[in-house]
Amino acid sequence: MPKRLDIQKILIIGSGPIIIGQACEFDYSGSQACKTLRQEGYQVILINSNPATIMTDPDMADKTYIEPIEPAIIEQIIAKERPDALLPTLGGQTGLNAACALYKQGVLAKYNVELIGASYDAIQKTEDRMIFKEIMESIGVGVLASAHVSSVEAAEEFANHNGFPLIIRPSFTLGGAGGGVACNLEELREITHSGLTQSPSSQVLIEESVIGWKEYELEVMRDIADNVVIVCSMENVDPMGIHTGDSITVAPIQTLSDLEYQQMRNEALKIIRTIGVETGGSNIQFAVDPETGKRVVVEMNPRVSRSSALASKATGFAIAKIAAKLAIGYTLDELPNDITSKTPACFEPAIDYCVTKVPRWDFEKFYDTDVRLTTQMKSVGEVMAIGRTFKESFQKALRSLEQGRFGWGTDGQDRYSYEELTQANAADVFKEEITHYLLVPTAERIFYIRYALLIGMSIDEIYTLTGIDRWFLHNMQQILDIEIKLRSTSLTKKLLQTAKNYGFSDQQIAHIYQMDESAIRAIRQKQEIFAVFKSVDTCAAEFDAVTPYFYSTYHGEENEVVPKKTHKVMILGGGPNRIGQGIEFDYCCVQAAFALREKGSTVIMVNCNPETVSTDYDTSDTLYFEPLTLENVLEICQNEKPDGVILQFGGQTPLKLALSLEKAGINVLGTSPTAIDLAEDREKFSAIVTKLGLLQPQNGLVRSIAEAQVVAKDIGYPVLVRPSYVLGGRAMEIVYDETSLSRYMQEAVKPSPEHPILIDRFLEDSIEVDVDAVSDGSNCVIGGIMEHIERAGIHSGDSACALPPFSLSPKILNEIRRQTKLLAIEIGVVGLLNIQFAIKGEQVYLIEVNPRASRTVPFVSKSIGISLAKIATNVLLGIKLDSLGFTNEVIPPYTAVKEAVFPYIKFSGTDIILGPEMHSTGEVMGIDQDFAMAFAKSQSAAGSRLPLAGNVLLTIADKDKPLVVELATKLRELGFGLVATKGTAEYLQKQGILVDPIAKIGEGSPDIVDEVKNGRIQFIINRSLGKGPLSDGYKIRREALMEGVPIATTIEGAVAAVKGIEQVKLRGMQVKAIQEYHQAKKNDSSV
Amino acid sequence: MKFRIEPKIQVSGKGGFIIKALLVLEDGFHLSGESFTGSGEATGEIVFNTSMTGYQEIITDPSYCGQILAMTYPLIGNYGVTDLDNESNSPQIEALLVHEYHDYYSNWRAQSSLKQFLMQYQILGVHGIDTRALTRHIRSAGAMMSILSTNTDSLDQLLFKVQSLPKFAGRDLVKDVSCKQAYSYGTNERYHVVAIDFGIKKSILDMLTAVGCRVTVVPASTKALEIMQYQPDGIFLSNGPGDPGAVPYAVTEVTKLVGKIPIFGICFGHQIIGQALGLKTYKLKFGHRGGNHPVKDLSTDHVEVSVQNHGFCLELPSPSRLRTNHLLAGLEITHINLNDNTVEGLLHSQLKCFSVQHHPEASPGPHDARYLFQRFAELMDKEKE
Repeated sequence: MPKRLDIQKILIIGSGPIIIGQACEFDYSGSQACKTLRQEGYQVILINSNPATIMTDPDMADKTYIEPIEPAIIEQIIAKERPDALLPTLGGQTGLNAACALYKQGVLAKYNVELIGASYDAIQKTEDRMIFKEIMESIGVGVLASAHVSSVEAAEEFANHNGFPLIIRPSFTLGGAGGGVACNLEELREITHSGLTQSPSSQVLIEESVIGWKEYELEVMRDIADNVVIVCSMENVDPMGIHTGDSITVAPIQTLSDLEYQQMRNEALKIIRTIGVETGGSNIQFAVDPETGKRVVVEMNPRVSRSSALASKATGFAIAKIAAKLAIGYTLDELPNDITSKTPACFEPAIDYCVTKVPRWDFEKFYDTDVRLTTQMKSVGEVMAIGRTFKESFQKALRSLEQGRFGWGTDGQDRYSYEELTQANAADVFKEEITHYLLVPTAERIFYIRYALLIGMSIDEIYTLTGIDRWFLHNMQQILDIEIKLRSTSLTKKLLQTAKNYGFSDQQIAHIYQMDESAIRAIRQKQEIFAVFKSVDTCAAEFDAVTPYFYSTYHGEENEVVPKKTHKVMILGGGPNRIGQGIEFDYCCVQAAFALREKGSTVIMVNCNPETVSTDYDTSDTLYFEPLTLENVLEICQNEKPDGVILQFGGQTPLKLALSLEKAGINVLGTSPTAIDLAEDREKFSAIVTKLGLLQPQNGLVRSIAEAQVVAKDIGYPVLVRPSYVLGGRAMEIVYDETSLSRYMQEAVKPSPEHPILIDRFLEDSIEVDVDAVSDGSNCVIGGIMEHIERAGIHSGDSACALPPFSLSPKILNEIRRQTKLLAIEIGVVGLLNIQFAIKGEQVYLIEVNPRASRTVPFVSKSIGISLAKIATNVLLGIKLDSLGFTNEVIPPYTAVKEAVFPYIKFSGTDIILGPEMHSTGEVMGIDQDFAMAFAKSQSAAGSRLPLAGNVLLTIADKDKPLVVELATKLRELGFGLVATKGTAEYLQKQGILVDPIAKIGEGSPDIVDEVKNGRIQFIINRSLGKGPLSDGYKIRREALMEGVPIATTIEGAVAAVKGIEQVKLRGMQVKAIQEYHQAKKNDSSV
Repeated sequence: MKFRIEPKIQVSGKGGFIIKALLVLEDGFHLSGESFTGSGEATGEIVFNTSMTGYQEIITDPSYCGQILAMTYPLIGNYGVTDLDNESNSPQIEALLVHEYHDYYSNWRAQSSLKQFLMQYQILGVHGIDTRALTRHIRSAGAMMSILSTNTDSLDQLLFKVQSLPKFAGRDLVKDVSCKQAYSYGTNERYHVVAIDFGIKKSILDMLTAVGCRVTVVPASTKALEIMQYQPDGIFLSNGPGDPGAVPYAVTEVTKLVGKIPIFGICFGHQIIGQALGLKTYKLKFGHRGGNHPVKDLSTDHVEVSVQNHGFCLELPSPSRLRTNHLLAGLEITHINLNDNTVEGLLHSQLKCFSVQHHPEASPGPHDARYLFQRFAELMDKEKE
């Protein structure tokens, strides 16, 4: 069928900020959709609050609204733009929920907007688990015994009938938020309660448990003519009981016979047809009893999902692009398979390799949290690796994680050494602990399997404890057998080749032979053992592939890459999403690719994150889906011989390879590795600072506790302490006295000669400033100066900030500009740089310089309407800023506010208070004519919409009490009721402010927590009533989080919030497309 | 169904030591690997199959007679083998090539390993072959004869041997796999179908049974007269190995049956019907083997993901022949392969026969085309009226 001509304008809802369960895969799918629909001649209207996305680039859509994804806001956009259709299936659960809300509120009908892709009816059938279950039963598809309950009592009754364990899932939540496995009555009560509060419909589904069953997923596509294909089949290595997002997954399915697979396929077809997903992709999950083959359907997502991104990258089948085309009326047989260009998309990809996905967790950032893997997703990112065998791809995936691992153990990072585990009494010593870690899944379990095998536990024993299919365990046994062989014999050519076939990295082999990685590399080169590159071609080589999408393997001798003879630039990506390094870096890499292609260079992209736009085969000219390790990068370089490599856009991941790559003779474009080292090495950097006459907080490097005490005393408390060379503020803490300093060094991080600790003077109450700039070596232009809203002491990634600054004097701003330029030239930065300053009074202190793209580059670019990464890419090619016409800092006549988004709801037990250790997973942007409204928008976008009426709870530490008087007065003026604990209440009452006193926790009923629970409190200003899980402050914050009450934990945040509330009350939130802002800026600057 | 007589491999006495194997193609292309079933030698046309599951069904499919099969999916053996998944009594391939053989299998249905199964029937199985490089070679150089041997001393000798082999096209392989005597399958009473066995798969018999047929399976050489003496409601022409142009005797008999009684043909059977109606066959460059080709039913415009296993194909009749040939006059092309627009289905309503090139019985592969068995039943119903 030809495409629809009765619609012209299509609204796409993005997925908002990166959170656990909803990462940049929706930027990938949304960007593909925008691009595709515009190519087809439709006008695209986009709403997404996440500035770090490629999809919100001004030229991706006709109108881009970086506004909160809320029904009322979207309604304004609809009223203004009058789209004909809304495509809800590409923006994750957020987009789907928003679309459903608009439908239910009658907005879509009012403005005559058609839902395309999936109907409201179909969405409801999959979202309401009871309806879904009934439908499944009616078509003869197996389901589990389950019931929807709205109370803890009803849950208990279900348990009486069905026994334990039971799985609890709240309706309408993401990544299984609030769900869990209950093995007894107590757990059942706790999880049910939590789930009921988190579910927007106050309902949870209780289900018979299939923990330990095998878990499978099918990615299904259907078109309007009812053609259905399975794009990819996936098998989870981790069995049921662990969220798919937290499971190691392989594609295709490995342990089902054809008969079983086809029966599952038949059910999938039946399901998508019966549910009535008219067009596009769906994801269907099944559980299979390993002993009997009994199969049940677990769930279905009637939209593009995280698994779709994985399936796309695993097969080369462009799910999102095709889904967008199907939504506008095309059928699968009318669309070409991009990879072959000759065959149609109406087929099922045949793959001739094995794909392994491994989730990336960041538990170490959340002390006190439950690190067990359950049905609630906790991973913050994932990596994918491709190999010719499971063993190869499995080991590649583990070394893609950027956690210092170089494969499946034996890389110097193991918890127990090989010698320990193979000593005579190893089983007696370790078995109990290992058994525990096999039984209770955590991020480390996969490595415990190796320990278990080493102490002699059998595959059957491990299977019983983990539920991981014996086939996978046996493959791991085979890897271990080779490790043992490596340990027991000399490294013959044959053995080395076998080890490489089994996915061992040079690092692992080097570790075994106690050699350097480079020595193993030298041996390989001498013996001519090199990686070859094979294509991802959707057809197992049956047809010629035109799209160059490759992976490395040590299997076989045929190398399929024919390096191009053009000017080639290789971009190293950022690897998996994790806290501290997210989608922002992928945005920069993609911008660089676009800029290079515009200049006619051939772009070679290297990355291992399947969720990204950078790993879309459309983004670059040649894509290598590879770990970002030195070994893998060098193998690609050897093959491609690129003219230059760009490291500065992928965050810390590629930067750490800089010196080694330079040493290997690779041409690193832009800031030289030596210059990078200059900025990263403390001592060299201090010398520059002194030379330039700039100010740095006093600091020292210590290697023992005694030394630390002396240095800290000399600097003066409070001090900021952290291990040297850390990212995202790992283990960073502010300590106020010697006792805390000693405690930190004893409990958190022990200093040692090899691992010194940095001590900085902590500039209390200073204002932090972030600057992004581009330098061409002789000229440096500021991209944006951002003023943090929270005071120093909070990690810059976790702070809200505003562009342009809202309180700094011109004098200070000019000083910041002067210092930025001075540093850029002195260090020799060519490309992007980011500098953090702290302003204390009139003094400007230099905190750090990062000679690379920063987390704020996309935010700044969207704010000023200029892509800094593109400018920087041109600079890397040797073009001067003058010739690029980027000569002046752009100061927009409006304000953009960036706000961080946190994953606390997924980490039970974690305090939400902000500190020097970064916790946020993503960010949103609010943009408006003034700071207050932009801030209010940023809060809404971050999911904590500021209230316009009701009661505000104030719990303020003594030292901060004077600071809230004005705030409290203002809140009263705005019509809020005030509630405060005794001390705060008395203090404010003395100032003549009307405040209701409230009981502290345990001092009466209802106490603070009760009131929060009862919905009497609409906003909380909580200024630290102590830390630790027993403190009142902690309990209040946790309760606020669970109940979704907005909370300000800093005075500055509270001040901004109150200003925002005032503005919203005054003039309401209005929407404006980013393109209109940028136009206004142009008009403004031309005046 | 086919029973092997001559031993093809010798099982090495002790485990542990490696048996090298060499694959040599007619054009000199060669790859090495290791045998996992013992030493031996096999010859046949080299083909690849892109199915990711279903190795056992493929190996036991009589249509693979005379062929050395390479699986493009690299991990084979994972879920073992079970009697239930056999498409005939024994493996039918000449030898199996895989990238990585997994002797350790894990599946509740499995009865033994693929290795045990192949060894039981003395089939050479070789792993460590770069099956992707092989596939890419076949894709560009086309189908050809090959030799696989654990006697790896002389490449030249193997090359000489493979080049002296008779060409695949033109050989009648049907006589090797067709049953020697007629037999009955199933106890249904609704329809009685005579199936001409060119190398029939068990799942076809099961699918016919599932729509209510009692099947009398007869040898490929059975005469039309004899077939009609069974007084069937319909005739089924099965799949089979090799060149459909090499069995003129079957075409002759089918020509006599066309128009008299409902006929349904699959794959080789489809090519026989085509020839009986006056179409010609030709050899594809490297054939279609896998479970993912899109086939369009032109009557409904619906696309089914089809199961393919053929190296030969029916030629589209030219418009002038369509006008002049009386048999071709009412012929409809019902299905086409969307990858290369080859003919996938024929229907001659007047002559009550239809056929498809792909495999609606699947096994292995998607079940999308199973409705065709129902169509056959409906055709027989109509005839009964």
